[in-house]
Amino acid sequence: MSAQSPTLFSAVLKRPDAARRPWVATKAVRAVRRLGVGKPDPLGWLLGPALLLLVWTLGSMSGLIDARILPAPWATVSTAADLIHEGRLQANLAISAWRAAQGLAFGVVAGVLVALASGLSLWGGYVFDGLVQVKRAIPVLALIPLIVLWFGIGETMKVTVIAISVFIPIYLNTHAALRGIETRYVELAETLGLSRWTFVRQVVLPGALPGFLLGLRFAVMAAWLALVVVEQLNATSGIGYMINLARTYAQSDVIVVGLVVYALLGLTSDLAVRQVETRALAWRRTFGR
Amino acid sequence: MNAPFTPPAPESLACEPVVRVRRLSRRFTLKGVLDGVDLEIRRGEFVALLGRSGCGKSTLLRALARLDHEAEGDGEIVVPERRSVVFQDARLLPWKRVLDNVILGLSGPDAEARGVRALLEVELLGREASWPYELSGGEQQRVALARSLVREPELLLADEPFGALDALTRIRMHALLKRLSEAHRPAVLLVTHDVDEAIELAHRVVVLEQGRVAADIAVELPPDGPERSVRFAALRRQLLGRLGVAEREAAPTLISSGDPP
Ligand SMILES: Nc1ncnc2c1ncn2[C@@H]1O[C@H](COP(=O)(O)OP(=O)(O)OP(=O)(O)O)[C@@H](O)[C@H]1O
Ligand SMILES: [Mg+2]
Repeated sequence: MSAQSPTLFSAVLKRPDAARRPWVATKAVRAVRRLGVGKPDPLGWLLGPALLLLVWTLGSMSGLIDARILPAPWATVSTAADLIHEGRLQANLAISAWRAAQGLAFGVVAGVLVALASGLSLWGGYVFDGLVQVKRAIPVLALIPLIVLWFGIGETMKVTVIAISVFIPIYLNTHAALRGIETRYVELAETLGLSRWTFVRQVVLPGALPGFLLGLRFAVMAAWLALVVVEQLNATSGIGYMINLARTYAQSDVIVVGLVVYALLGLTSDLAVRQVETRALAWRRTFGR
Repeated sequence: MNAPFTPPAPESLACEPVVRVRRLSRRFTLKGVLDGVDLEIRRGEFVALLGRSGCGKSTLLRALARLDHEAEGDGEIVVPERRSVVFQDARLLPWKRVLDNVILGLSGPDAEARGVRALLEVELLGREASWPYELSGGEQQRVALARSLVREPELLLADEPFGALDALTRIRMHALLKRLSEAHRPAVLLVTHDVDEAIELAHRVVVLEQGRVAADIAVELPPDGPERSVRFAALRRQLLGRLGVAEREAAPTLISSGDPP
């Protein structure tokens, strides 16, 4: 190291005179990330929906939006209040949520079990993966006639359709994550002499957790989608039934209330999964968090 | 940093080698890499492996670690059952906290206590509950070292473990590795491309060339004094020559001789 460097360092460390050196920032300024999207505000995503609400309100107030096509926000709110007062909204919501929850539970459990069987063993993969790929090529909606034939049009059919829609994203993401475990970690486990069970428990499963949670987010969306479909099909209860009935009587306000409920269900459940994700993946430093 | 100091080769040099490699050859599809490597390492002996890029250093090390599933070849390898590998990347499991990374796969009620002691040895006490991403590169590499040492290996294999570190951190890591290998006395095979690092740390420097051991040079330097600098420089020149580099081409480094800083 040359003899000059200490003076160089002390010159830099000396408190700079702000007047004479305007280019030296005297106040501590945190460096701003130049690339990447930066740290988002946790409530930032509400901006878009708020703008939509604003446009809707202004449109209805000015009469640009015909109330027969889309009722005004305040009319929707009062309809919702009526529905709650009558107890119809809660009753239908409870039924719909229960259907979705059952389908989600069965689909997730089945998806995880089959993904483990096919992800952790070569033969399991040969048996199950091909089957799932074939199944994936057939849209769930196309299976509905067959399912109706087997299970009738009751609750079993509805829960089955939801469970199948949930199964696919859970399986695909979990399986890919299990198989995608990095060779570096496999080598590490070999040199540490881990047993197969320890390897699976300590390395493979935690490593596959992000994939599973991503699958879960898709699965929750798939569950609501399937719910909408089966409730339009032949239901005598549930939010979908309520909407269908409203269509018959041309009650567009009830339809909008139903749609808002669907949106709230989808958003809250996605938020819940994201919450679980943040907790479970505390070890991950991710882009935009 | 302590004054650089190469201890006299261990007395146990006289005893049975713990690593024995005979006529080892390894080839990847159509490409021969190792062609008759002979190598012995004794208990407590620190061997540095030098060689040009692509000459097969990692291949040899992976063969000793029994990680070379995809290579074909034959030859005789005897390695101890208890061996640890330090990779070039620290290779910590990102989803395990530091202490859990260190004691991964250890069982028994004293596993945690041993892990904590190992972290103390690498000067990382207090970071047990950190996530790997919260550590610097040098700290991660020290955790990897702790993970290797806590298993009390008879053979420590390290493939350019300090390659990604800056020069100052590397000097600190040298001192640490030296101290720890003297305390635990495993047989060590350190792959490196840094001639100074090899002379600084090893009892013996082995040069790999065209798939064989082309030179096997004992490092016998006096612990201190001007005599050391002269011998260090001579050995450095000799090794660089073997590697086909004229000394003036070699980048100057911070530890060019044994001068006390
Ligand atoms: N898995 C592989 N498949 C095919 N060829 C390989 C494989 N691994 C290594 N090789 C080849 O074997 C040769 C030796 O590789 P190796 O990694 O042992 O070199 P090295 O001495 O460690 O080099 P470096 O100092 O750059 O790390 C290289 O030419 C490389 O291309
Ligand atoms: Mg290499």
